[in-house]
Amino acid sequence: MVSDGDAPHDVPSAADLLEAVREWIERDVLAATDGRLKFHARVAANVLAIVERELELGPAQASAHRERLARLGVESDAELAEAIRASRFDGRGTELRAELRAAVTDKLLVANPGYLDS
Amino acid sequence: MVTPPDGAADESPQAALAETLTAILDGATIDALRHLSGGASRETWRFTADGRDLVAQLQRPGDERDMLVEAAVVRAARAGGVPAPELLTAVRRDDGLAVMVLEAIDGETIARKIQRDDRFADARRRLVRDCGAALARIHRLDLVPGLVAADQVEVYTAALDELGQPHPMFELVRNWLIANRPPAVEPGVVHGDFRLGNLIVAPDGLAGVIDWELAHLGDPMEDLGWLCVKAWRFGGRSPVAGLGSYDELFAAYEEAGGAAVNADVVRWWEVLGTWKWGIMCIAQASAHLSGAVRSHELAAIGRRVCENEHDLFLALEGRW
Repeated sequence: MVSDGDAPHDVPSAADLLEAVREWIERDVLAATDGRLKFHARVAANVLAIVERELELGPAQASAHRERLARLGVESDAELAEAIRASRFDGRGTELRAELRAAVTDKLLVANPGYLDS
Repeated sequence: MVTPPDGAADESPQAALAETLTAILDGATIDALRHLSGGASRETWRFTADGRDLVAQLQRPGDERDMLVEAAVVRAARAGGVPAPELLTAVRRDDGLAVMVLEAIDGETIARKIQRDDRFADARRRLVRDCGAALARIHRLDLVPGLVAADQVEVYTAALDELGQPHPMFELVRNWLIANRPPAVEPGVVHGDFRLGNLIVAPDGLAGVIDWELAHLGDPMEDLGWLCVKAWRFGGRSPVAGLGSYDELFAAYEEAGGAAVNADVVRWWEVLGTWKWGIMCIAQASAHLSGAVRSHELAAIGRRVCENEHDLFLALEGRW
């Protein structure tokens, strides 16, 4: 997490502001719209919820991801993708899958945590 | 240059479209023209011509697919007993872009309504069987001139590379797809996007198969696998469109004259479809990011890529 002491901003925090707008969409906008517009309002509320979760979980997930890449001996997802396509991980399938699974789980924890149970 | 007064030379796009439609529909009177939807490759409009409900699809600049071939497929499908809309006309305009005019079919395309609304209760009980029968008819069509075979692994590998956003999980799955590819079969006409959303459903069942723009030649099992991809279950538990079982689909398909179904081959296509939809999700977010179509809905789809990656894990672990 970014320490509150590092920023010059007043309250509410970025997360609080997003939450306030999301709550307004969920409470007032969804009740006052229907059809396409209501669907798009729901999408907007979901997008704000994603950003709220990313603000909370993002920093820890970023360092966990760097550690995963280091264990696999690559610098980036781009390098990892290229190595997998070139069959350079064929002998390390179990290890690779475990690391990729953890990365995908982190992405879902931000994008759509409910999907992990589906 | 002298700018002409408003309304003289630059009439609204809507009025221009109405004029075009009158011209290609033998002077018909166009009314109630309204925009239905617009994607990256085309726009869809609904209108009446001399009182008849019709739909016009307009190709956008940059779309490389040939709409006139698609029109020929729609015409062949309808002649072959598939519930496809009647094609009134398809022409290429002076600007090189094609327009296709089709009969409007009454019914619902929104998955959530088809899956939940009371008025579709009867339709839900028979929809999987209707889909199996429609697919069997599509796959029996004679090859339509202009349709080309498209190796889906190659096409979507190229798409992924073009997008330039590396996804290690998609590489792992790509390797699996190549290692487990089913034996080649005699190519048939494949709809290419047969799923809820592209099916018009009436209270008594499947009323229309639309959106033939991804039609190509290939293994007919591709369409069965795509229909079962998790995204197209729209939250429903059952594998086929969230409404029915594999066995029900396969039995209906075979009963209607489709080839004997090998469940493992359909499963391979379902994995391919999940991988492909993941790549398409990246593409949709890119359409927003590039400015081609600014839309928070498309932007949000970028964060659904990981749902497909999760599904692919379950698939490779044999857990779906």
